[in-house]
Amino acid sequence: MSIVDTRTPDPKKFIKGATGDWEIVIGMEVHAQVTSNAKLFSGASTEFGKDPNANVSLVDAAMPGMLPVINEECVKQAIRTGLGLKAQINLKSVFDRKNYFYPDLPQGYQISQFKQPIVGEGEVLLDMPGGEQVTVGVERLHLEQDAGKSLHDQHPTMSFVDLNRSGVALMEIVSKPDLRSADEAKVYLTKLRTILRYLGTCDGNMDQGSMRADVNVSVRAPGGAFGTRCEIKNVNSIRFVGQAIEYEARRQIGILEDGGSIDQETRLFDPVKGETRSMRSKEEAHDYRYFPDPDLLPLEFDQAYVDALAVGLPELPDDKKARFVADYGLTAYDADILVAEKASADFFEEVAKGRDAKLSANWVINELFGRLNKEGLELSESPVSAGQLGGIVDLVVDGTISGKIAKDLFEIVWSEGGEPAAIVEARGMRQVTDLGAIEAEVDKIIAANPDKVEQARAKPGLLGWFVGQVMKATGGKANPQAVNDLLKAKIGIE
Amino acid sequence: MTELTKLTLAEARARLAAREITASELTQAYLAAIEAANPAINAYVAVTADRALEMARRSDERLARGEGGALEGIPLGIKDLFATEGVHTQACSHILDGFKPPYESTVTANLWADGAVMLGKLNMDEFAMGSSNETSYYGNVVNPWRREGSTEALVPGGSSGGSAAAVAAWLCAGATATDTGGSIRQPAALTGTVGMKPTYGRCSRWGVVAFASSLDQAGPITRTLRDNAIMMRSMASVDARDTTSVDLPVPDYEAAIGRSVKGLKIGIPAEYRIDGLPAEIAALWQQGIDWLKAAGAEIVEISLPHTKYALPAYYIVAPAEASSNLARYDGVRYGLRVPGEDIADMYENTRAAGFGSEVKRRILIGTYVLSAGYYDAYYLRAQKVRTLIKRDFDEAFNAGVDAILTPATPDAAFAPGAFSGDPVQMYLNDVFTVTVNMAGLPGLAVPAGLNSAGLPLGLQLIGRPFGEETLYTIGNVIEEAAGRFEPGKWW
Repeated sequence: MSIVDTRTPDPKKFIKGATGDWEIVIGMEVHAQVTSNAKLFSGASTEFGKDPNANVSLVDAAMPGMLPVINEECVKQAIRTGLGLKAQINLKSVFDRKNYFYPDLPQGYQISQFKQPIVGEGEVLLDMPGGEQVTVGVERLHLEQDAGKSLHDQHPTMSFVDLNRSGVALMEIVSKPDLRSADEAKVYLTKLRTILRYLGTCDGNMDQGSMRADVNVSVRAPGGAFGTRCEIKNVNSIRFVGQAIEYEARRQIGILEDGGSIDQETRLFDPVKGETRSMRSKEEAHDYRYFPDPDLLPLEFDQAYVDALAVGLPELPDDKKARFVADYGLTAYDADILVAEKASADFFEEVAKGRDAKLSANWVINELFGRLNKEGLELSESPVSAGQLGGIVDLVVDGTISGKIAKDLFEIVWSEGGEPAAIVEARGMRQVTDLGAIEAEVDKIIAANPDKVEQARAKPGLLGWFVGQVMKATGGKANPQAVNDLLKAKIGIE
Repeated sequence: MTELTKLTLAEARARLAAREITASELTQAYLAAIEAANPAINAYVAVTADRALEMARRSDERLARGEGGALEGIPLGIKDLFATEGVHTQACSHILDGFKPPYESTVTANLWADGAVMLGKLNMDEFAMGSSNETSYYGNVVNPWRREGSTEALVPGGSSGGSAAAVAAWLCAGATATDTGGSIRQPAALTGTVGMKPTYGRCSRWGVVAFASSLDQAGPITRTLRDNAIMMRSMASVDARDTTSVDLPVPDYEAAIGRSVKGLKIGIPAEYRIDGLPAEIAALWQQGIDWLKAAGAEIVEISLPHTKYALPAYYIVAPAEASSNLARYDGVRYGLRVPGEDIADMYENTRAAGFGSEVKRRILIGTYVLSAGYYDAYYLRAQKVRTLIKRDFDEAFNAGVDAILTPATPDAAFAPGAFSGDPVQMYLNDVFTVTVNMAGLPGLAVPAGLNSAGLPLGLQLIGRPFGEETLYTIGNVIEEAAGRFEPGKWW
């Protein structure tokens, strides 16, 4: 297989070495646990956090004479994911056995897809900070079984095995070597997770192991021939992916600049030390003796089956972003933030429904998300609902309260709850729009500060001082626009 | 009591239904026969007397109420390859020491649902790998047949040697067996019994210890063709737990017995006239042709040109699958565990002690042919051969052939050790049978005569996919013409 280089070398991404610039080339194999109630080839539950070996069927334990039966929901999830990655869906695919011995692999083989995966080539679009767009090719997606877990800390001399994860469906999503920096790799993984979460095909919880990445890293002279790669196995956070790549690239550059060569090998990332270290060399690599699993017929479905799944797909982040920009007039930046999670986008749309979209976006992003971030809370844990936030926006728009009061109101809703309009009434926070009352205050302040009036006439920027004084006098409840208009008229500023 | 065990399955069924005998009596008769014969024959590796009597008692209750399934009260032997809940299930291997599954295979569950009684588990070649029942961890099975005037022990064939010997020696009314390359038909032929290897997918493989998944099929060994048809109907079913099982209605195979063969086209494949075929086998084959012709069948010469590649290709495909299927016997979860210094050491110790030499040989062959760099030359090429073999048969059937008649085996029963040190000679026993597994077709072995030493010989009928009924129809002509063959009782 020849690898096509789809990227133009970008000096901004180069790493400076002692002998010159280097370019990193990265490809990723992401293992995403399929969201399904049952395992890929057995009826056992996939529920996370159960007691060891609580979710194990006879098939998962590889009892003699047991046979795998494909879970159709997992197939549908793989197809949905393929569609979400704008990928080729293969109407015929084949399950193979990948043979190796390990105690957490009861069958002595993993059922996977080797030569004929269910999903072929697709792509993922990255929006890099700064506006650059990067298209990352997806090589393939295939379905396979997860292994169990060996527990080495339960007994002084024995290891224990937990088969709860054994046989759980994974999608292995293999990218092309199209990534050129740790940042791109992190954005790719983030975007992939976003797409999977939108589709509902993987929960993307890396801390629970639902998503893990094998990262292939090599370095080369910018635009040169691809270097020898090392595969960093099972990195389980986006941050670690970035750290592992940075470390690994530096390590490889160091070796090459010292006149050495890179050995193709499998490495592990140690998050504590922040380094990668050798796990096994190419020579020690397993011979997996892949062959088609004779217990399973080829997996076949027709285009109508795929089309029916396509109809049921949700709007995906790229489409949603485009719509937010086109229909709501949001900036690309705001739209990006809102579509990063489907829940955020949905929340925004609920707030924006029948309201000013830009103002709604500001409130969602700046006030609510800002506050959630500060408190380390998820949107799902927000004490302020979309309805409440919308209520605050309504009160601002119809002039009942000023923007400043609105922030106070947000604080009250955040910490005490309640219906915004009712709070405004009960606490007398309503903005003063009675022009007579405001005018009286304006007159008082103009009369008390004749020198400043003179200065303001020469330098209209000083009008702000007068506005502040009026607002102070009215307890912030005066309509700022009315105050502004009155001051301008009375002082005589155009 | 002896007379009861000599009843055919069909006769026993009739007498039970008429309440002339009870299932308990019949079961007791078989248990007594097993007790007397097993030290000599070694057909059973586990006898489930209590369970058998309990099952028989319940059958008698149902029969007394005028109820009961197709096999109500019929005592059967079960090959040790079938998982039987709470009962010895070890594929006659040391590595499955003490294994009693918490589940019941679909095939045996079907039999019990139809009222059959389990007498026990039958000896076999370890993991069904062998053609003489000499690879069992539980010792050789001895063929109830001896050469005339000789007391020399002979093998019953394999791998279903225990099944065939138990049926021939009246130690069960019928037995389950499995066939991956001839393991039903060859022992049937060597013991004068009837063995059907049905179409791949006709019986569920769920709960049958796997040897080579794409070739393994369960089927019955019985004393008569009618008995075989009766058992076959109960064993066959589609099964949601085996996605290679086929959802086709199970016909009344028994009804196919006695139908006319007039106009049926019987193919005689030229390629099965192998070099060194004993004259007696050639004569038997010709005798079969004559009988069928006399019964009105049309005999046509056919060609199955890729036959000669079948055996080598089989001995690549079957070990390849076996090497992977047997990986689960690792000492971690069940069966034998021989401790070691670390996990790799434990694996090696366990598998070294747990598997016999023939099983090890096939695991090694299978591992080799799947290895990087060899896969294309061996496994892939063998699969291509398999496609060609299947196409040979398709072409014959498309040309209107209804069934194909061949010898079942290249010779009669032989002495233990006859092929020791030459496994390839042993593999040649499967030369007429492996093609059928490679093509997934049904194959029936029917006793057709005795050789000059008085040992039984069988003919094989190969059918179209799911053409088992036609095989029973044609097989009946051979059975009627040849008569039945019983060993002289020496044990």
